[in-house]
Amino acid sequence: MVSTNRMSPTVEAAEITLRDCFLAGLAGDAAQYRAFLEGLTGHMRAYLRRRLPKAQDDVEDILQETLLAVHNARHTYREGQPLTAWLHAIARYKLMDFFRAHARREALHDPFDDEHEWIFAASDDEPANARRDIGVLLETLPDRHRLPIVFVKLQGLSVAEASLASGMSESAIKVGVHRGLKALAARLRGDA
Amino acid sequence: MKIHDLITSLTTGLRPVERHAVGRRLALSAMAGMLVATLAVLLTGGMRPDMGLVLDDPIFWLKSAFPATVAVAALVLCGRLSRPGARTGAGWLLLALPLLAVWSASAWLIASAPPALRMQLVLGQTWRVCTFNVVALSLPSFMATFWAMRGLAPTRLTLAGAVAGLLAGAQAVLVYTIYCAEMAPPFWATWYVLGMLLPTAAGAMLGRRLLRW
Repeated sequence: MVSTNRMSPTVEAAEITLRDCFLAGLAGDAAQYRAFLEGLTGHMRAYLRRRLPKAQDDVEDILQETLLAVHNARHTYREGQPLTAWLHAIARYKLMDFFRAHARREALHDPFDDEHEWIFAASDDEPANARRDIGVLLETLPDRHRLPIVFVKLQGLSVAEASLASGMSESAIKVGVHRGLKALAARLRGDA
Repeated sequence: MKIHDLITSLTTGLRPVERHAVGRRLALSAMAGMLVATLAVLLTGGMRPDMGLVLDDPIFWLKSAFPATVAVAALVLCGRLSRPGARTGAGWLLLALPLLAVWSASAWLIASAPPALRMQLVLGQTWRVCTFNVVALSLPSFMATFWAMRGLAPTRLTLAGAVAGLLAGAQAVLVYTIYCAEMAPPFWATWYVLGMLLPTAAGAMLGRRLLRW
């Protein structure tokens, strides 16, 4: 795809800032990981709004889907690979997936490898309202997935506390969080 | 829930990510597929009767090196194609080398053989069953590889599926060499290659459906 030496200065700045936060996040630093996700959100939003001028309603949905995809795939990033290339490939994959699902023919004809349209060239921090509410989607998950996510991810309990609160075993909580996030991603995508 | 809440849910209770997760997962699936296929050969056909003798024969090792090299190249490509944005680059060259070697050796052998024997070189004794056996032996590796890649992040699904199928086919041929007594490169260049190509085609067709995430 795109190598570091061909990056524009803006993209290179995004690469450096985002990568430091992301790598700290991979090591378990939640504050740095949050900074990474917020930075990524800004870049993604600007990119999607330029890409989808006629579908502003969909921007927040695709954004949420892409963030979940980045999170669920974070173990596939290899240190040394340009982070922006990795993120760009995921974002493009999710966007193509969206186009395929919605069969927007005119948009499919856009050249997606166009490097002038690089995601990390600009940032936009102004959220619009998501059309699909993740809270509502969460309600559609079975208890064994929903409760671990609510306790561990939303309320911030430890695995042991969540286990006590829900009566599920600790391994069931861990598995539930993992599978639940995947199931949530699938529902966002419209598979289930 | 807004994007802010999503970010909160993704960062709460964050755990460190296991390093080398991609390599570990693919290595595990490759070993599992090989193990099941090897057991299947040993329990059904058994080893070729002259196994003890051919271990001293360099032709036997060349014959195993062919699918082994294809499998290594396919495994490298599976790893690259499981990482978004990673380049496949030299993996294709590694894949082309064993194929070119076997094909050129076969072409030379056929050309230098007496015309009456040429068909025999290609068909051997077992051409009717070879490809079918290889395809059957590729099933465990096929399932294991697709399982592994589903848990990673392929973004070019048709290509990733094809390479996963090729890996399964090459592993199956490698296992099959402990049973199959054919020692003529033109036979390998035809039926072994066909045995690898069928799982490759199946993988390409199923990639988009099975690897979507």
